[in-house]
Amino acid sequence: MIRVILPQHLRTLAHVGSEAELEVEAPITQRSVLDALEARYPMLRGAIRDHDTLQRRPFLRFFACEEDLSHESPDVTLPDAVASGKEPFIVIGAIAGG
Amino acid sequence: MSGVRVLVGTRKGAFILTSDGKREKWDVSGPHFAGWEMYHLKGSPSDPNRIYASQTSGWFGQIIQRSDDGGKTWHQPGTPPGEPVAPGPPKTASNKFAYDASAAPLTTHQWYDGTQHPWEFKRVWHLEPSLTDPDTVYAGVEDAALFRSTDGGENWKELPGLRGHGTGPKWQPGAGGMCLHTIILDPSSGSGEPQRMYIAISAAGAFRTDDGGASWKPINRGLYSQYIPDPRAEIGHCVHHVAMNPKRPGVLFMQKHWDVMRSDDAGENWKEISGNLPTDFGFVIDIHAHEPETIYVVPIKSDSEHFVPDGKLRVFRSRTGGNEWEALTKGLPQSNCYVNVLRDAMAVDSLDKCGIYFGTSGGQVYASADAGDSWNGIVHDLPGVLSIEVQTLG
Repeated sequence: MIRVILPQHLRTLAHVGSEAELEVEAPITQRSVLDALEARYPMLRGAIRDHDTLQRRPFLRFFACEEDLSHESPDVTLPDAVASGKEPFIVIGAIAGG
Repeated sequence: MSGVRVLVGTRKGAFILTSDGKREKWDVSGPHFAGWEMYHLKGSPSDPNRIYASQTSGWFGQIIQRSDDGGKTWHQPGTPPGEPVAPGPPKTASNKFAYDASAAPLTTHQWYDGTQHPWEFKRVWHLEPSLTDPDTVYAGVEDAALFRSTDGGENWKELPGLRGHGTGPKWQPGAGGMCLHTIILDPSSGSGEPQRMYIAISAAGAFRTDDGGASWKPINRGLYSQYIPDPRAEIGHCVHHVAMNPKRPGVLFMQKHWDVMRSDDAGENWKEISGNLPTDFGFVIDIHAHEPETIYVVPIKSDSEHFVPDGKLRVFRSRTGGNEWEALTKGLPQSNCYVNVLRDAMAVDSLDKCGIYFGTSGGQVYASADAGDSWNGIVHDLPGVLSIEVQTLG
């Protein structure tokens, strides 16, 4: 079970609580997790990644295991702790301004 | 029993204000979509329970919302209302606005510094439901283009003839972005979807189609804008808003960046009607529902000071189609007021007497149930108001 933490506004859109739980087939990568997330919650399509290019929206970041994975290749395997469900994959809104 | 429903888009959510035909006591619901910028909400003229909303965020992009029950519940078109959908392939593309580059190659447009800049979708500024079909709705977007959905907002297709007009490299963003903010459907120009439509873009100008959106022509003759190299150029004018009374199509009123204008020939020629206004900068302009020569503006001090002049919130009304204006102040703050009223933040109902509504950057929504003679604040402390629309309910 993969755990995904979404920003508050996307939780509201997707009608999910503090975490979304997903069954994802290996390999566990950013792409496979986000594909599964968007398949389960199609209202999130376009809100995290561009519809066509699947590029991360510029004001969003991806964190896991206290690492910023935003600039990793989407096909790099995520840490084992994410794959096992011990740690969540976190989608977070970048802070712009104060 | 008649009534009205006022749809309020703000910087941090949407609100729905309802009242009976007296328009004295109001119920307020919201915030809907709390925390999101709600650029525009508008109801279908042919089915008042059908309301479309543009929900947008710099972080998460564009979302289209739809209500089929007058704003009580909402869902993204194509996604079933309520609980999450079952696992499976995505069912919705209601937030996908893809320029039709095959029909009209994506050009560049002029950037603030005069260089050329790529065309990029940012948000939906204005939603205009069809006059006759609740499932058909038009969307004006930034960067400027016109889209249409014929399936209740589930899928959107660009009407590429506008962007393909060929003048795109001369279009440039106004301070708020390069937005298509005004869509007017002429009810006299076809039994189904209208053949004649008007749109306006900041800062390109006004355009008209006479063939249902296939081709467009600029209609800016008579506009004069000192901030472009050729002040009388065909393209480049910062048109803030255009209004038309559907009972008298072909007569248009415009609030330009500076100057209030009118056209009596469907936009072919414009003449200035600013007359005795204290300043002719502003954003909103609207027309009395039953008196097509009675028009309303809210003058703003200047393009560098976006608030009402002299600390006084005044709506100005002309009963003569322009040039002669009277200040309407009863019930409006007349000291220490420094708010703005944005381009889509005024609307009129069709009751008798005509109701006028507007919202401010300070979060106030004012209503007049007597065509502007007197005003009451419906709400005072909402987030900054981006748009106001009103539905007259039978």
